[in-house]
Amino acid sequence: MRERGWFPVGLVAALTIVLCFLTLPIVAIFVDTGPLDLLSSLGEDGALEALRLSLTCSAIAVGLIVVVGTPAAYLLATRRFRGRAALVTLIELPLVLPPAVAGIGLLAALGPKGVLGGLVEDAGINLVLTTAGVILALTFVAAPFYLRQAQSAFEALDRTWLEASRTLGATEARTFLRVAIPTAGPGLISGLALAWGRALGEFGATLMFAGSFRGITQTVPLAIYERFSTDFTGALALSAVLVAVSAALLLSVKLLSGSAWLGGAAR
Amino acid sequence: MLGLLLSAALLMGAGCGRDGGDGASPGDPGASKPKLTVSAAASLKQAFTAYGKELQDASARFSFAGSDELAAQISQGVKPDLFAAANPRLPEELFKKGLVEKPTVFAGNRLVLAVPADDAKVGSLADVERPGVTLAVGSKSVPVGSYTRTVLDKLPAAQGKAILANVRSEEPDVAGIVGKLTQGAVDAGLVYGSDVRGSDGKLEAVELPEELQPSVAYGIAVVKGAKQPRQARAFIDGLLSGAGRQALDDAGFEPPPSG
Repeated sequence: MRERGWFPVGLVAALTIVLCFLTLPIVAIFVDTGPLDLLSSLGEDGALEALRLSLTCSAIAVGLIVVVGTPAAYLLATRRFRGRAALVTLIELPLVLPPAVAGIGLLAALGPKGVLGGLVEDAGINLVLTTAGVILALTFVAAPFYLRQAQSAFEALDRTWLEASRTLGATEARTFLRVAIPTAGPGLISGLALAWGRALGEFGATLMFAGSFRGITQTVPLAIYERFSTDFTGALALSAVLVAVSAALLLSVKLLSGSAWLGGAAR
Repeated sequence: MLGLLLSAALLMGAGCGRDGGDGASPGDPGASKPKLTVSAAASLKQAFTAYGKELQDASARFSFAGSDELAAQISQGVKPDLFAAANPRLPEELFKKGLVEKPTVFAGNRLVLAVPADDAKVGSLADVERPGVTLAVGSKSVPVGSYTRTVLDKLPAAQGKAILANVRSEEPDVAGIVGKLTQGAVDAGLVYGSDVRGSDGKLEAVELPEELQPSVAYGIAVVKGAKQPRQARAFIDGLLSGAGRQALDDAGFEPPPSG
């Protein structure tokens, strides 16, 4: 009797601690900022520009990730080949990279003095300190979040469906587009939401690779950092806006996918 | 932001963990040295790190960032033992708020136009006005950025405007500007003379005309409620005359501007 009572209490206590710890900083942001502060912070110099830049760059980054990442993840999920495990680990590595490492890595690879810097420059492409550089940094840090989720969504598919589609005469491309993607949809969409959220919050790699300049490379997290020293309330308000936008994105993406909200969690 | 919060948390942790440290007398063999936490402007990194190794009665822990960010941390309740800024204004403001003791001006510096040593497209301030030349400066809130704007304001309006139009990044601290320069991301940047000296020959300084030179002064203050106030004051004394003064000289800093 005693033992039966003790364990569930422990579980509930652990969940309570997790909830408080993870939500307290977010709640604190909103405690200090009324809805009026939110609106007036958006009216401030550069805030709307930063928000527009953040949304555009992250949307383009997520678009690139989905277009290239979906077939790549499908390949990883449906084929078995030598070195596959190593490949998957390599692709997931940026997940655990500190953003500063990502930034310095991008500079070492594609910066003016980087390994491929000369090639990039000869092609007439300018990445460092440009909006394209922001998109590149966001794509780099966010892509593994989508790839990982998409791969496991494809792996969870019932293989007999794919085989049935092939038996009925559909090409593999058609099977991929008409069967695999719709069935794996909820998993893909939650991967998309994760990647988008990560892209919206990116800070370190952007600052190191793309710098900080209003309207060109200063995304919302960089604008928050710039305000922190001179205008703490403004920084809080802008943070609240970012939380709201990210939450709205996450929610709408999950609602759009319908079943993902309830059933997709299991994937 | 996360990095900043983390470093703030580390500073707080470092401060809280040493409650008993004050009792250890410096001469005791084997007694662990009290830990002195110092929040300092990014441009002081090399001088202070060298000075920290010379300290006899304390071991220093430094947190280097933009002076304005560090001041904001202190306003938010972070308590290092010392706060050193790249201007006298930030410590003075914290003093007025009752957060630090009376500040001392301990060093001067020069603002220079820094260019990569191996590939200099820029040889003078006039070159920076040319279209296509790229420039990194400090953001308005960090001292190096505000000195930069002081310099540009002294130029004829058209000239200042042309230079500002070439700015590609407004960095949160001087380390960010130096990084963009050494990576070849920009052609020139406005930093301190000591930053060029500390770059191991990667950067070269183009001196600004004397009449444009702002008066760059560094202020330091003991934070109210410091865990190691005695060692903190000794640290400041060493900066004025002693190992700290020597480290500042070696790093290319100047004596505090008079008046």
